[in-house]
Parts: sequence; structure tokens; C-alpha cells
Amino acid sequence: MTTVGAAISAGDTAWMLAATAMVLLMTPALGLFYAGLVRSKNTLNTFMMSIAAIAVATIMWAAVGYSLAFDQGDGFIGGLGHAFLKGVAFAPRAGTSIPQLVFFCFQATFCIVTVALVSGAVVERMRFIPMLAFSALWSVLVYAVLAHWAFGGGWLQAHGTLDFAGGVPVEMGSGFSALAAALVVGARKDYGRQALLPHNAVYVLLGAGLLWFGWFGFNGGSGFSAGRSSVLAFTNTLLAPACTLFVWFLLDLLRQRRVTAIGAATAIIVGCVGITPAGGYISPAWAMALGALAALPSYAIIVLRPRSRVDETLDVLAAHGMAGLTGILFLGFVAQLSWNGVSNGLLYGNARQLAWQAIAALAGPAYAFTATFVLLRLIALITPLRATQREEGLGMDVVEHGEEAYATGEGAILVSTEAGIEMPVAVAQP
Amino acid sequence: MKLVTAIVRPEKVNDVLEALYRAEIRGVSISRVQGHGGELERVETYRGTTVKMELSEKVRFEVAVSDDFVKSTIDAFCSGARTGEVGDGKIFVTSLDQAIRIRTGEIDEGAVTPVNK
Repeated sequence: MTTVGAAISAGDTAWMLAATAMVLLMTPALGLFYAGLVRSKNTLNTFMMSIAAIAVATIMWAAVGYSLAFDQGDGFIGGLGHAFLKGVAFAPRAGTSIPQLVFFCFQATFCIVTVALVSGAVVERMRFIPMLAFSALWSVLVYAVLAHWAFGGGWLQAHGTLDFAGGVPVEMGSGFSALAAALVVGARKDYGRQALLPHNAVYVLLGAGLLWFGWFGFNGGSGFSAGRSSVLAFTNTLLAPACTLFVWFLLDLLRQRRVTAIGAATAIIVGCVGITPAGGYISPAWAMALGALAALPSYAIIVLRPRSRVDETLDVLAAHGMAGLTGILFLGFVAQLSWNGVSNGLLYGNARQLAWQAIAALAGPAYAFTATFVLLRLIALITPLRATQREEGLGMDVVEHGEEAYATGEGAILVSTEAGIEMPVAVAQP
Repeated sequence: MKLVTAIVRPEKVNDVLEALYRAEIRGVSISRVQGHGGELERVETYRGTTVKMELSEKVRFEVAVSDDFVKSTIDAFCSGARTGEVGDGKIFVTSLDQAIRIRTGEIDEGAVTPVNK
């Protein structure tokens, strides 16, 4: 196996190991971002939906998800040759110079964060156990399928659709699934009746900052090397969100004469999402233009969506679905062979590229929306998806987890400790 | 002239405010309090430590009203705060010796009647 060993690059592997850890950090970062956006009584439940994604998506990914996404199969879905990590070891993944185990881990972190993203649509009312079931099934039935289409040799990739780091499976996949989930689960009981405000804007900003950091691994690792495409994607991951942030400031100023902090946090996400599909394929100058442009449609949806009946609570559609769609299409115009060594876009004479980007921008959302809608309807046949009105009023933290994010300890009476001492306590009974 | 004090569930505060607004009661103070009124304790677990939360979060409303408004204030609290489960809270009505509006120096009925402008 010396030839196989020789094909492994230590430098590439080192960077991919670090990038994988950076992407894993994005999931708790997203949990923090989401937790800040909900009311204080739902802080832990919201955060836990992201943490839970690490558990269920990793297990499903190792069992069948990775194989269905990346094993050879047909155009729609991969095979089961790598189920339960069969044949996944130190030999390089085809087309890369890193061990397939590293490739597996890196892709697993993508699946995890995407599953966590969808939870933003249904926080503050969806029950935890059905959410676990949904997350596990969604990671295979939706994520693995879309990942196969875009990266695993599926029909989109085979026809030349460019998607550097997951505009189709991650961003549009989560965004349009979120819309379907919000429609099936339904609005929170207080939606449209009371002001439902973010309870901690500092969490939101810190979460967005950590996500941005992780995104350097997410985009910068999607070249699977320490080579040119990774360097380009890394650079563009700095440039594009900075431009989105600035344009968001301007939009905020125009609309309400003030620049908002939660708007800024949202803009960071939108910029990172916008550059995700395009990172390693477009020039830095075009990346800045993409970052600026991506702010517009996402901002419009964030302004308009709360006026609708659709309680897609944390705007996954606007921040991920829409910005991912913008990035996928923009890439079809400005991809540049001289920068990416793969293909030109429409502006550089290749109209066919734009056509396949447009097809991806239709097919990805259509599949994600439909599959999620059906999947949740099926789970709802077995168990109720949402908490009762009373539980929703009380807050999901106490109801689902028996914990509070901000417990003061006042009035808390010790019942038992780790030492197992049962303490008889006189308590007033009703 | 009475002081109406009501202890209600935090999640019913918006419903109570709405009911008070509909009853045309405008002057309200609220504060977050913790208390125990005989409802079942919640059991919470933090790592290996299990605790009973004997005190529940509640919100206290204080409304000073003229005698004519006492009935409608009580009705507003009952309709807004009731869920039918133990822990809905209490309403206390106490007589009020004197009320003064700081801005104008008006006293009693004049001080607890909302300004119409």
C-alpha cells in the first residue's frame, strides 16, 4: 500500500483535521445564536436542539448517511458500500489527498450543522422527542440525498453544477426544509398576538462571530487540501460577509435610521451563506460583490416574513435558503476559470454553467421542501409534534428538560444529591 | 378608593394587561416576585442534584382605583389570569388612605383617575 500512502499529503491532512474541528464548533455556536433569539424560558431547549443534532446526525451519518451521500450509486442516491464505515480507513478518498476517515469526519460536521439549522423553524413549541426522530430521519432522507446530488457524484455534480461548500444540501436544504417544518408544526400560540423578543442579543452576536470563525473551516476546508481553492475560499469567507455586514448597516439606516446588533449578527450569517457555494470558484472582487448583493433578498424576506402567518421562527429561510440561492445563481454568472481551474460562468462566456446553477436552485429547494413536509406529516401520525398550549406558556426548558437557563436557586429545596442521600423535607402540599 | 393587588402567572401577564386595557384601567405597576401558593412543586435536576422548586415565578400587579372600578378590575384579573389549574394566583383588595399625583398634587379620586389627553 505504499502507493496509497504516498498519495496522502500531511499538509492537506493537517489542515483538514483542524478545519473539521472548526466546523464542529459551528453547531454549538449556532445553538448560542438561536438561544439568544428566543425567549428566556426556551433558552436551553433551543440550544439542546443543536446539541442533539451532534448525537443523532453523527450516528446516522456513520450508519448510512455517509454511504448514501458519498458511495458510488446512481444519480439520485449513493450506495450502501460504506454503511457503518465499511471500507473507510486511512487510504485517501478518491480525488483527494486526505484519508477517507478525515473526509468522513469533515462531511459529518456538515450534516450535523445542517440538521441543527432546521431546528430554528420550530423552536419554542416543538417537542423534543419528535425533534430527535425528525433530525435522525432528515439527516438521511434529505441531507444525504442532497449531498449526493451536489458533492457525491449525483446528477447535479455530474452535469457540472458548481457548489463549493454546500449551497444546495446545507443552505437551501436547511432553508426550504425550515419553511416546510414551520408550515407543518404551525405557529407559536402567541405568534402575531404578542411581542416575542430575543432575550439576549449578546448571545446572538457571539454565536454569529463563532459561526463565522467556524465557516473558515467550512469553506476553507471544502477544497479538501491546503491548496489554491481552499486559500481562495478562505479569503472570500472574510471578504463576502464583511460586505454583507456593511450593506445591512445601510439597509437598517434607510429603513429605521438605526443600525441594529441583531441585524448585524444576521448579516454575518447571510454573508457566510452567500459565499458558501461560490467560495473556491469566484475571484475575491466578485466575492465582495456577492456579499453586498446577498444582503438584499435576505433582508427583504426578514422584513416581510413576520407580517405573514408563517412562523418560521428564526428566519432560516431568509438567512440560509435565500442567501444560498443567491450564491448558487451568482456563481453561475461570475465563476472564472482563471481563478478556479474548473469552469467559467455566463460573464466569461459559459451560459451552460448558469443553466445548471439555476436547475440546482430549483431542484434542491423543491426536494428539501417536499421531503421535509411529508416526513413531518408522517411523524405527526405517530406522535404529536408540538407541546400543549399550557406547556408552551410555561416554557420548553422546564417542560422538556426540567431545568432553567437562569435558575436563581431561591426556593430550591434539596431532594437528593450525588451521594444518594435522600433528604426528608417538609413541603407544603396542595 | 382601593388598592387592588393581584399575583398572577408570568405567562398570563399579557392576557391580564389586555383585559385591564379593555376594562379601561390604565394605571398599573407590575413587579416580578417569587412565591408559593400551594401548587405542586416542580422537580429539577442539575447533574446529580435533584431539587424541588418550592418558589414559583409570579408577577404582582398593583392598581389603585376608585370604588366604581373595583369590580371591573377584579373581573379583568380573573378573566385574564385564570387557567383553572392550581397556581393561578390571588387578588387582594385593600382600602387606600390617600393617593397623590406627584405632577399636579391632585389627591385621591383625581389622582387615580387617568388623564384624558
